[in-house]
Amino acid sequence: MATHDFAAQASHAHEAPQGFIRKWVFSLDHKVIGLQYYFLALAAVFVGMFLSLLMRIHLIWPGAALPILGEIKPETYLTLVTMHGTIMVFFVLTTAPQGGFGNYFLPIQIGAPDMAFPVLNMLSFWTTLLGFIVMIAAFFVAGGAPLHGWTGYAPLSALQSAGPGEGLGADLWIISIAIFCIGALMGALNFITTTLDMRAKGMTMMRMPLTVWAWFVTAILGLLAFGVLLSAGILLLMDRNLGTSFFVPLGTINGQLTGHKGGSPLLWQHLFWFFGHPEVYIAILPAMGMCSQLLSVFSRKPIFGYKAMVYAILAIGFLGFMVWGHHMFMSGMSPYTAFAFSVMTMAIGVPSAIKTFNWLGTLMRGKIRFSSPMLFAIGFVSLFVSGGISGPFLAQPVLDIPLHDTYFVPGHFHLIMGVASIFGIFAATYYWFPKMFGRMMNESMARWHFWFSLIGTYAIFMPMHYLGMAGMPRRYSQMTEVAYLHDLIPLQKFITYAAFITIAGQLIFLVNLFWSMFKGPKASDNPWEATTLEWITTTPPPHDNFGGHTPVVHNGPYEYSVPGAPRDYVMQNDPEIKPAH
Amino acid sequence: MASMTTTAAIADAGISRGEDGRPDYGTRLRRARLGLLVALTPILMLFVSFTSAYVVRQGLPTLDPRTNNLIRDWIPVALPRLLLLNTFVLLVSSLSMELARRQLQSQVAHANSSPVAGDTLASKIRMPWLAATLVLGFAFLFGQWTAWQQLAANGFYVATTPSSSFVYLLTGAHAAHLLGGVLALIVAGIASLLHRSLKTRSIVVDVTAWYWHFMAVLWIYIFCLMKFVR
Repeated sequence: MATHDFAAQASHAHEAPQGFIRKWVFSLDHKVIGLQYYFLALAAVFVGMFLSLLMRIHLIWPGAALPILGEIKPETYLTLVTMHGTIMVFFVLTTAPQGGFGNYFLPIQIGAPDMAFPVLNMLSFWTTLLGFIVMIAAFFVAGGAPLHGWTGYAPLSALQSAGPGEGLGADLWIISIAIFCIGALMGALNFITTTLDMRAKGMTMMRMPLTVWAWFVTAILGLLAFGVLLSAGILLLMDRNLGTSFFVPLGTINGQLTGHKGGSPLLWQHLFWFFGHPEVYIAILPAMGMCSQLLSVFSRKPIFGYKAMVYAILAIGFLGFMVWGHHMFMSGMSPYTAFAFSVMTMAIGVPSAIKTFNWLGTLMRGKIRFSSPMLFAIGFVSLFVSGGISGPFLAQPVLDIPLHDTYFVPGHFHLIMGVASIFGIFAATYYWFPKMFGRMMNESMARWHFWFSLIGTYAIFMPMHYLGMAGMPRRYSQMTEVAYLHDLIPLQKFITYAAFITIAGQLIFLVNLFWSMFKGPKASDNPWEATTLEWITTTPPPHDNFGGHTPVVHNGPYEYSVPGAPRDYVMQNDPEIKPAH
Repeated sequence: MASMTTTAAIADAGISRGEDGRPDYGTRLRRARLGLLVALTPILMLFVSFTSAYVVRQGLPTLDPRTNNLIRDWIPVALPRLLLLNTFVLLVSSLSMELARRQLQSQVAHANSSPVAGDTLASKIRMPWLAATLVLGFAFLFGQWTAWQQLAANGFYVATTPSSSFVYLLTGAHAAHLLGGVLALIVAGIASLLHRSLKTRSIVVDVTAWYWHFMAVLWIYIFCLMKFVR
């Protein structure tokens, strides 16, 4: 029987609130804030998914009159592209893995009673929610939402008269992103301070679960990247509303001089992608941490190469800031610059491959339990490899030039950044649901959901690579009238049908989530027999996580199948295990 | 089961627990300072980003629509001499801020050695340095506002020339951040009026002081950028 000792440490800075408003709305509890982030992302993902469905419908039936919405015009299609991308990147892929699960489990996994600054934590959620409301408001103002894409390239995004939606809608879009940046920065500040300063006794950096490492490095990336996006947003707002010319060169719209001159659209691209590329890792790193965690738990083996995994996360984060130029190979940059960006980009393949091989090494000869979280973790590895393998293609300027602005690129980034991250979110949901809600999710519904999602996403995004290689340009709202694209339309139809089925599959998840929340069988404190600290506390955890005490950590996070141990896992707060020699 | 024993109550000696159940003063101060250090990073990145835009924009030629020639439209702004005075005011405010910080720190140290005497000492001294910093902070902001008026009077508006756009942008962004420091000082003042604990006030003032010094250094950097990279 393991004995447990606790540091006689102070625990919580605030008492458990009693009223509904303080407990569930303006809560200071990182767990409630995590759930708030999670449900915000859940709402956002359905908005984003609905927009993508409209796009898919328009692509293959361009003249179709939809109920309520009517016919989708070409400019509306661009609006859908813009808002789908923006909502998914910011309010889903950045919000759920980091704001949702990070907030909920980072403090528990390091043995802390809460985040370092609970009030700031609450503010960061409400700021993010405000950003989402402002973003959605862009749909309903005169002219509608902007059509400049999630990358907001100037001068299209910088001129009020550049198109429908570029008036108030575009201003709201920029303001929403600026608000989001501030919320994300407050969150990152909390994550970093908490990780550095609030670890329980014995929880050295090299005993932190890889999920914590991933959230920590993600927070650092956010800290460095969001300030730059904020600066770009401020300059863009000034160009739009104060007549400055940071991004707008001399030019005319409908024969009229715009009044701007001398600005550089490329300056926007540099500032945007300096943020935009690290943002990709902000979306994927937490999923990587999640995957590492689950492969170890469900293979009943220590993670293969823990230190290598940590250094790989750090290397990916570091290199992520050196490669933004690979989004701009078409901008006329010097071939030498392009070469440098290309080499740096392909260098990211090295730590990525280290991670992939370590995941496979973890699976090798494991006593694998194919529970639903594990299925999604394996699905993540699959998508990460499939999406990642096209990265080195696009990283080379000579290949990027023909492939740029074709469907190859959406195929690539949806697999690796979009769906892979989403699989990380699903894996995390199935894995931590028992801890968060005290009940188990329905396993057979989860399996149906997994197969719908895995086969569905491959059916949607794999053909896009072929469309791209065949030369089909992205962002075009209509291709039915273009002769050379005619033979590709059946493939587009296939993608739309696959999207219908995949989205229908997501309803299984939704039903399972809410049904299990109230009707699922009661969960034990440690249903997966995992070792990290969230599993030593009650289900769901008390307000201060460990019931007034701070655990003391003696072991690493992945002690499975330890020779000589009484059972096949050793909790992090169990007495220290001695090497068996 | 491991999960069951964890809820077993073990007496909490409360070694590092301060008043009202919070972590002790040293922990809170360290955590607040670390948080501030982290928070300064994105502010630094914001101004690094502005600087890179500044340098890039300065080197760009533009097309003159009348002559179809490439020309430079970067006209250096004659910075108002008032900015020198403002710089001086900000540096003095940084000094008084530091004195305020040290004063509160010593009060806390005093209170720790003899709690009763410390409390009376705290109530006796009405923090003149903090008030002085607040006044100087407002004076700086007012000075910057006046400098804007002078710029406009000389014909340099936000959109007149790219260099004037940057002057307004950099001074405006800096002023907005300094205003955050001023608000923190007001919070510290209100905390004092509400007789909040000396330690809480001391922590607020401590991190505000470091923030304030950062703003002073940042201002000198911005001023040099506008003055010498033109």
